[in-house]
Amino acid sequence: METKTLSFKRAATDALKDQELQRALNYAKDGFIGKRTQAVAKLPEWQTIRSDAREMKNHVLENLDHYLLAYESAVIANGGMVHWAETAEEAANIIVTLCKDAGAQTVAKGKSMVGEEADLNGALSEAGISPIETDLGEYIIQLAQEPPSHIIAPAIHKTREQVTDLFHEHHQQYGLHEKVVDRAALVAEARTVLREKFIAADVGITGANFLIAETGQHILVTNEGNGDLTSVLPKTQIVIAGIEKVVPNLDDASALLRLLARSATGQHFSNYTSLMSGPRRAGDIDGPEQFHVVLVDNKRTDMLAGELREMLRCFRCGACLNHCPVYGSVGGHAYGWVYPGPMGSVVTPVMVGIENAPDLPHACTLNGRCAEVCPMSIPLPSLLRKHRQTTFEKQLVSNASRYGLKIWAAFASRPKLYRAVTLVIVQVLNRLGRRRGRFKKLPLAGGWTRSRDLPAPQTTSTFMQLYKKHRQNP
Amino acid sequence: MNANPSVGLFVTCLVDLYRPNVGFASIALLEQAGCTVVVPETQTCCGQPAYNSGDSSSTRKLAQATIMAFESFDYVVAPSASCAGMLKHHYAELFEDDASWFERASTFADRVFELTSFLVDVMQVNLSSKPFDSSVTYHDSCSGLREMGIKTQPRSLLTSVDGVTLNEMEDTEVCCGFGGTFCVKFPDISERMVTDKAALAKQSGAAVLTGGDLGCLMNISGRIDRLDIPMRVYHVAEILAGMTNVSAIGAEQSAEQGSPQSPGVNAASIESKKL
Repeated sequence: METKTLSFKRAATDALKDQELQRALNYAKDGFIGKRTQAVAKLPEWQTIRSDAREMKNHVLENLDHYLLAYESAVIANGGMVHWAETAEEAANIIVTLCKDAGAQTVAKGKSMVGEEADLNGALSEAGISPIETDLGEYIIQLAQEPPSHIIAPAIHKTREQVTDLFHEHHQQYGLHEKVVDRAALVAEARTVLREKFIAADVGITGANFLIAETGQHILVTNEGNGDLTSVLPKTQIVIAGIEKVVPNLDDASALLRLLARSATGQHFSNYTSLMSGPRRAGDIDGPEQFHVVLVDNKRTDMLAGELREMLRCFRCGACLNHCPVYGSVGGHAYGWVYPGPMGSVVTPVMVGIENAPDLPHACTLNGRCAEVCPMSIPLPSLLRKHRQTTFEKQLVSNASRYGLKIWAAFASRPKLYRAVTLVIVQVLNRLGRRRGRFKKLPLAGGWTRSRDLPAPQTTSTFMQLYKKHRQNP
Repeated sequence: MNANPSVGLFVTCLVDLYRPNVGFASIALLEQAGCTVVVPETQTCCGQPAYNSGDSSSTRKLAQATIMAFESFDYVVAPSASCAGMLKHHYAELFEDDASWFERASTFADRVFELTSFLVDVMQVNLSSKPFDSSVTYHDSCSGLREMGIKTQPRSLLTSVDGVTLNEMEDTEVCCGFGGTFCVKFPDISERMVTDKAALAKQSGAAVLTGGDLGCLMNISGRIDRLDIPMRVYHVAEILAGMTNVSAIGAEQSAEQGSPQSPGVNAASIESKKL
């Protein structure tokens, strides 16, 4: 996936002007936020589950090596194989090799964000293997040749009209010529088209919501059952997962499942929450013959070792995106890479290099709603601030910003000078703006006055000056 | 609890520069609650602009200066949840590598409060306020809501003022788009957020917008004025202290403005007429 993280500002400006995108975003926002609020309100023990989950996941991260090795042993005991990929590129290479070994021509894919990190579709296509996205949203954007714009609803930026047009254009080849408008009918048409592809696929690739160390199983959470069909129909199954997805046992996974769907879509549980056990066992009526898990690091161990460890508690629910006013204004594509919104602004600089994404940690008002709704209590604003410290130290912020701040800090550490200079500023601004009470334009304040009036200072004196006088002449 | 605690007023740089009336209103309210108010002269800025831009070393210097100026008081009160939040929740973590300053900052943090929550939660004051005959809508700052637990306190104070009717906005927990330097670093996104907020304020049907954070209020009033929405904007301290006979934020300078003439005069309006 092409990295466009350096053009965030421009992309954001364009996104704000895109009427169709804005319509789609408003619709999505209302749905996600309202439903989550209702679901959480119905669970009085929400905060308790949340804090227990945080502790459990922290424990896992403290002992990540132990749990990953335990998971690997359990998978092998089940008859599967585990591959370790240090980089996203390595993961893609491993998977392409596995697919070639299986003689695959088409591959059915469930949605996988770590797969996007590895640009799996690109790697497969280059190797002459055809990947078919089976998640409805991923299928839509595959047709549109766009990257996902949301981590659980990849096509959230598309309006129904746009989907109608996409299907109409691309389904002609299947003998489907009618323009379908009704939502349920669109889903039904996609189902018809995709059903054939599931059956034809030689290999199925999915992500995993949770990896169970104790049993070597993994959990797939979907609303369409595409994860299930992708996992059991093809002869070879490949699971790609980030190393932070492991949990000790099924009890721990259940606790996280209680948080996941409610946070993501406001459902108590997704339509299909499936526990997958690896290759077909004796007596199983279905299941793949070959089962592979590719565990991906891609800078997760860097986060583990450093100040961003808490980010690894993330299980990709999307709640932070849904409640972020910045994401809600500009959508996911503006962020320029796989992960948008608050969690994206934390992980993207790590994975693509902060010098390639210096704006993302700053594109935030630090309002804190993301941290409030995060089911895993990740202190996103604090983590973004840590990135800001890095951009400051590495001088990745604009010179104007740096100097402005240095000057402000220099004044603010010299109270007498501060008093004198602020008095002058206030006198000047008050005199200039006194008649109207506000400025429509002001030199150096263009960022503000483009869309806002700037109030003039109330008087020609600062509070401190007035207070001093008042105390001298009470 | 001491019925006459000493309070160091952290006036905040925006109030200091832009709206001294809020500072005087804060003093009036704190004195009404029985506090002895002192305004340390060496205070300047809480350090948030530096902190949120990643300049920890400048922030540390400002934090140390602030702590030293204020640690002798029983309480430190600011007419801003955002500045109070900085002092209360972020100073200590600046000194993680310095045990004695960490201790000092943590002790200091316990004494820091935002104005309205201090009046209600700590002083449990029964305000006697001059009437303010207007429908009012209250803007919750994000730091107020999420860092400082401020939601009901300013509302309970406001509704105790004769003449005030509270019209709630929808989506009060959505950010107004100020975010300190955010509003000038990402002006397009900020514009969208503040436009939405201005519309919600207008939809509330209130004649007056108020809140506890001057940054947010200047941001929203700036947009309200640009869009010619006829709402007046005051800091909540001004309404509670009966000091609204100065022009509203962003309005034309006129001492004779707005709802009822207050029977007495106050320091700020005397001074502003003199100058």
